[in-house]
Amino acid sequence: MRKLLPLLLATATLLVTACAPIEPWVKPYEREHLADPIMAIDPDPVSSSYMDHVFEVREGAKGATGGYGGGCGCS
Amino acid sequence: MKTVVWQRIAALALLLGTAAVHAGVLAEDRADVMYHRYQGGGITVQGPSVLVRKKFGESFAATANYYVDNISSASIDVVVSGASRYAERREQKSLAVEYLRGKTTYSASFVNSEENDYKADTYSLSVSQDMFGDLTTVSMGYSYGKDHIGSSVDPTFADGIERRNYRVGLTQVLTRNLLASLNFEAVTEQGYLQNPYRFIRFVNGPGSYALGQEVAPRTRTSNAGSVRLKYYLPWRAALDGQYRFYTDTWGINAHTAGLEYTQPLWNRWVFTGSYRYYTQNGTNFFMDLFPRPGYQNFMTRDKENSPLQTHTIGLGASYEFPLGFASSFIKRGTANLHVNHLMVNYSQFRNLTNFPPGTAEPGTEPLYSLSANVIQFFVSFWY
Amino acid sequence: MNTMKTLRTLMVAGLLAAPALAVAPAGPAPKFQLTSMAGKPISLDSLKGQVVMINFWASWCGPCREEMPVLEKLYAKYKPMGFTMIGVNVEPDSKLAAEWLKATPVTFPILFDTKSEVSKLYQVSSMPSTVIVDRKGNLRWMHRGYKAGAENEYLDQIRALVRE
Repeated sequence: MRKLLPLLLATATLLVTACAPIEPWVKPYEREHLADPIMAIDPDPVSSSYMDHVFEVREGAKGATGGYGGGCGCS
Repeated sequence: MKTVVWQRIAALALLLGTAAVHAGVLAEDRADVMYHRYQGGGITVQGPSVLVRKKFGESFAATANYYVDNISSASIDVVVSGASRYAERREQKSLAVEYLRGKTTYSASFVNSEENDYKADTYSLSVSQDMFGDLTTVSMGYSYGKDHIGSSVDPTFADGIERRNYRVGLTQVLTRNLLASLNFEAVTEQGYLQNPYRFIRFVNGPGSYALGQEVAPRTRTSNAGSVRLKYYLPWRAALDGQYRFYTDTWGINAHTAGLEYTQPLWNRWVFTGSYRYYTQNGTNFFMDLFPRPGYQNFMTRDKENSPLQTHTIGLGASYEFPLGFASSFIKRGTANLHVNHLMVNYSQFRNLTNFPPGTAEPGTEPLYSLSANVIQFFVSFWY
Repeated sequence: MNTMKTLRTLMVAGLLAAPALAVAPAGPAPKFQLTSMAGKPISLDSLKGQVVMINFWASWCGPCREEMPVLEKLYAKYKPMGFTMIGVNVEPDSKLAAEWLKATPVTFPILFDTKSEVSKLYQVSSMPSTVIVDRKGNLRWMHRGYKAGAENEYLDQIRALVRE
């Protein structure tokens, strides 16, 4: 598993550099559904962090519950 | 190993930072006030959680959270050990700051959690980068935690845990209606990883058992990977599916699968319904009943590390209230109620509540199961 | 250690591959015609002789909504000097935009690009996008996104173009 992390980092790096010229296939003016609040990845951080805590206490597993991005892509 | 990994993360963070061209946006200002309550298995935990988030200019933001768990516990572990119901209070304070430069967001946070025999401090750093026309967000994070552990039973006891979390995440817009999120997290812990209030039991004579101290390894490394898809349905609704796989060096493998449906109705209401399934096998040193004391080096009867399955169903309702006079200082406000019902079935952990030593053939007691209700009521403001 | 080397190489490659910052576009502004909210057809050609600011916006886009009062002010100030503003709404369903405009009205014309034809024509790459066209019909400035304070740049650019 320790060998997996550097591989993942290298893959992420490749994504950044090698694929830069890819044209976005969802244009900024086509993001009306993604910008809808119901499509937010984490609309209520107090609630999601609380439920993560409840499950972490009751169960043996933890981690990999995060996520950022999506949304309207506005700037 | 840790310095090398940190160097690699720093190198990647620098790389991500230099690729910035256009500007991204920080999340909006908001405040949330929540009352939370967990009740089940003889335990009641309730309290507030307050979050305030504010941007400073276009590049900086800070988020502060104050959280309390007021615990009243007569759980099966407490009852069987002969202890009486106890009350405890855990207070958690956190502060996070974010800095946005181009399409890169850097954040740092500190979390402090304290209860009378456990103090935990966690420091975190993370970087996230928007790319490919904002279709992709890549993020990485690192946390370092230091826990100080005491025992209310033995004042001379003092130990600790050092914890390191490594996180990598990717969120990808797949179509106008579909989002995907992949996350990976590795955690390494070392120190006192057992529970001073938990015990094991072993056979100490025909038809009888005795309780003993649990002994767990002083290191634990875990890896978890999750995938999530969120889909926009044409009648304006959302369907969210998630799967997570977890594995650790204590032998636990766990699968989590969940589905959540979001439906807005009548202009101001949003309803959600969810189902979550969780299953784990036990750690390789768990036994409900050990044949004798000192049976093996590591022994635990901790039910959270035993084979179990959890089914959780949830319902949520959110109401966006009309602002009226408050519209001069609030942009939007919601009142929310989320209710979850958990059912946990243990396939090897037995319920000894009415079976003290000598009353039943050890190992024939009924298996334990618990159900709990979790309520969250919160009001959110965007200003 | 090999991974470290790979990462370093990719980092250098990434720096070299980083795209240059956007420069002011050149050439004639692509022609188009759309129907305004008031029902009148408006074409870019018919506005030749005036300085035209075209703002691509959507009701679901936060920075776009923030920018609208700024654009309204610019329109009111420079209209007597031969300046006009067009708001091109990019939403396939105009209902939400019309509702938002009822609550926050503007006086400059709003056109509905429901088939995204004009967005594609202008290669809109961020929301909002603002294009400034001079009196001869040439593209002079392209702004991607909106941050508080961008109106100062708009003011300078419009002032210069209006004097031509």
